[in-house]
Amino acid sequence: MGASQSGRAEHEFQDLSDRTRFSLEQVNNLNKRFRQLSNNKETLSREDLASLPDLDNNPIRLQIINAFFDKRNLSQDGVGIVQEISFEEFLMVLSHFQPAAMDITEDNREKLRREKLRFLFNMHDTDGNGIITLEEYRQAVEELLSKAGTIDPDTVKAIADAAMLEVASTTRGKMEPDEFYEGITFEHFLQILKTLNIESTMHVRFRNLDTGNMRCGK
Amino acid sequence: MSVLSCNHINGCRWSLLVVVVVLVCSALPSDASAPPVHPARGTNGLNITNNGTAKKAFPVIGINYEHVRKPFEVSLWILLALLMKLGFHIMPHVSSVVPESCLLIVVGLLVGGFIKVIGEEPPVLDAKLFFLYLLPPIILDAGYFLPIRPFTENVGTILVFAVVGTLWNAFFTGGLLYALCQIESVHLPEIDLLSCLIFGTIVSAVDPVAVLAVFQEIHINELLHILVFGESLLNDAVTVVLYNLLKEFSEVGSVTLLDVFLGVVCFFVVSLGGILVGTIYGFLAAFTSRFTSHTRVIEPLFVFLYSYMAYLSSELFHLSGIMALIACGVVMRPYVEANISHKSYTTIKYFLKMWSSVSETLIFIFLGVSTVAGPHAWNWAFVVGTVVLCLVSRVLGVIGLTFIINRFRIIKLTKKDQFIVAYGGLRGAIAFSLGYLLSVNPPMRNLFLTAIITVIFFTVFVQGMTIRPLVELLAVKRKTESKTSINEEIHTEFLDHLLRGVEDICGHYGHYHWKDKLSRFNKTHVKRWLITGKNFKEPELIAFYRKMELKQAIMMVESGQLSSSHPSTVSMQNIEPRAIPRVSKKQEEEIRRILRTNLQNNKQRMRSRSYSRHTLFEVDEEDDMSAVLLRKTKMDMDRTVSVLENRMSHYLTVPANRESPRIGVRRVRFESDNQVFSTDSLHTVRFDKLSQRGILDAGSLEAGRTDRGKLRTDSGTMGYNHQGELDYQSRARCLSDPGPKKELQQPLEEEDDEIFMS
Repeated sequence: MGASQSGRAEHEFQDLSDRTRFSLEQVNNLNKRFRQLSNNKETLSREDLASLPDLDNNPIRLQIINAFFDKRNLSQDGVGIVQEISFEEFLMVLSHFQPAAMDITEDNREKLRREKLRFLFNMHDTDGNGIITLEEYRQAVEELLSKAGTIDPDTVKAIADAAMLEVASTTRGKMEPDEFYEGITFEHFLQILKTLNIESTMHVRFRNLDTGNMRCGK
Repeated sequence: MSVLSCNHINGCRWSLLVVVVVLVCSALPSDASAPPVHPARGTNGLNITNNGTAKKAFPVIGINYEHVRKPFEVSLWILLALLMKLGFHIMPHVSSVVPESCLLIVVGLLVGGFIKVIGEEPPVLDAKLFFLYLLPPIILDAGYFLPIRPFTENVGTILVFAVVGTLWNAFFTGGLLYALCQIESVHLPEIDLLSCLIFGTIVSAVDPVAVLAVFQEIHINELLHILVFGESLLNDAVTVVLYNLLKEFSEVGSVTLLDVFLGVVCFFVVSLGGILVGTIYGFLAAFTSRFTSHTRVIEPLFVFLYSYMAYLSSELFHLSGIMALIACGVVMRPYVEANISHKSYTTIKYFLKMWSSVSETLIFIFLGVSTVAGPHAWNWAFVVGTVVLCLVSRVLGVIGLTFIINRFRIIKLTKKDQFIVAYGGLRGAIAFSLGYLLSVNPPMRNLFLTAIITVIFFTVFVQGMTIRPLVELLAVKRKTESKTSINEEIHTEFLDHLLRGVEDICGHYGHYHWKDKLSRFNKTHVKRWLITGKNFKEPELIAFYRKMELKQAIMMVESGQLSSSHPSTVSMQNIEPRAIPRVSKKQEEEIRRILRTNLQNNKQRMRSRSYSRHTLFEVDEEDDMSAVLLRKTKMDMDRTVSVLENRMSHYLTVPANRESPRIGVRRVRFESDNQVFSTDSLHTVRFDKLSQRGILDAGSLEAGRTDRGKLRTDSGTMGYNHQGELDYQSRARCLSDPGPKKELQQPLEEEDDEIFMS
């Protein structure tokens, strides 16, 4: 890499750092990782992520991978999925996992919570219509239990149904027998997961220091 | 009403007081054998004294106090303690202001004073009694029910506070006290540095008993609770090591660098050794519980005995008994709970709570009595200096450590948190007992004991009483009272996997990676040895779900039937996507009536033919199909109910049925009165659904079957009742799920939920 190129990269990184709230070192480290994952290409494709051996044991790996390529996580009002993402988009997805700053205001904390819960919501709402239907929820629970050996599909359904019932009960309260509960909207989702303190639990430590010993994912 | 109860309460108080006085009098170790016998002998016996031979008449009544003295006294003390506890809870005003520990100490003081007034020697809190009998139940209770998730998330912080914090406190307090003693006007020239340091060690350890007693009543948020409480548990190792070390030094007389180094090594040996011993016993207990399915009655005993052995074994080797006990409880819990029956679980829970409660009460009362009893040596400067220095060192320690810790924490500790952590550092009976064991010369010892007692009193009374208003004043976050819902459980697991995945993508082995690795190791290798039968394959979510259902079932059973004043909230039909076109109620009724008549016709027809149960699907007439389905549903229900019965037989003694059908629906009666669950209507509605589709094809049969398949779930109650819901479109009386607690209005203590679910 020539001096000019690295200078431009620096500038880019600074820009990215400002926009995504990562520190410069973190951006650097993540860039190195990005390069590793994408085999030094400019963009990352699904196959690159799918071939990570560590993810094999993860029951929700497909959903995680999809989340990276989901346009809704990449910009405010995107729809649909893309096939490849650039480094900037990679960072944007990862920025959902930043911790809350210590001196965060209440408003910002609320915003952060919504952002993170939105990410989770998008992971469940696979058809993108803004509502998690019973089918989608069942699918999610099934995936979650998929790596745990042989599971009775009826139990899975019962769990998902129970969860759905709970959401409906807590958010809608009384419902006439004729009414139909369409599915979990984002507001309901926020309500039922209020106690999880998502702004503090949904975070990953991003490395600040220079990582000479970052493992290769391939 | 309140006036009446007031009088009643006053009356109760007086009678309690009288009872107490009587009990205390009789508990006094008097030479009771001698006096009362004389009158008896005088009246009963014939004393022929002429030639010195006395012939006693047969003693009808005799008293032999010495025979039962020990158990008698012990029982009386315990009874006294419990009556006191009872008394406090009858007086609501006092117990909301003053924490129970304070009241108990006051009672102890009164009792001690009373005994002294009588002229007897009040019993002192024997260190052996304390460490071997009174302390273990409290620690086991705390360790067994330790909330694992917050503990492991904060274990770094807790360790730093426990180890570094206690060391700092000990040296700061000890050192400054020594400096204080050097001042001329204090008149304490003979106290040397080592003694001061030992004293500092004893007095600086935060006491788990006191912390538990006070924090339990203020319901503070989980993070702070686990920080202070965890610290109080883990600092035992530090205290033990420092105490022994300094005692050795004081006997030897000189300290070399090698000794210090050995001291550090000793610390690791003591703490890790304690944990190791506890873990071994924990695994033994878990392994034993795997085989107890035929002797359920003694299951709780295994839990208690293995834990107690762990404690004693580690005390044997001078390792940290408290840490062994905690490790044992933590390790054995997940496996034991998967193996033991529900009743054993309840027994364990209640016995632990009971013993720890009794222990705690006794400890505080004895503290009060010992205060009155013990020889005291008062020195204003020393005692006041101790109290002040304890406070100051605690505050400085917490602030300093938090400053360092916050650099490594994601969720930083705010100023409010720090204040509560500092303020919650209460001292208690452990300090007193350790002081009692000191072997320094008596005047110094008395001084130390006096100072320790003063510190204990100060922290327990002043800090204990004021912490509650302070918590409210500072608006510290309280414990969230919510039940764990299944949504939260699902999402917590989901988050775990998600975060692990993201960590993997980012390429570094973080917290979640190791957690996941441990859990997978546990699942594949450890569980198969320690859990009975096939249960070890069950993922946590499903186990959680079953527990929740079981709980619901029990709650419903205990609360009786759901009253009809609680209209349904949401039932399955509200969320199940409807593939069937909606029919108006009138039409439904009409259809149902038609089908019912049809069914009766079919029944008659069927009886005339010899029909094989197994040729279900060769019939293509709608009516016959309906009849066939009738039987199939019945079979399913039979099967389900027997499955349910097997599972629930341990747990439920459901009250009998009303007009239930013979298929044994009686066992699972959770609906309200209005929902009549009879064979007829069930099958009628079944036809309802199918008939609306018009054509009977394999597809609809499939759908019918999968719907009914719900009946067959092992998860029992929920699935079963969902089936009921589906069939009762018109009279939608549903099984409300437990989310909105107001519906059931259950007076279940919240700790039930937490503990059962955690």
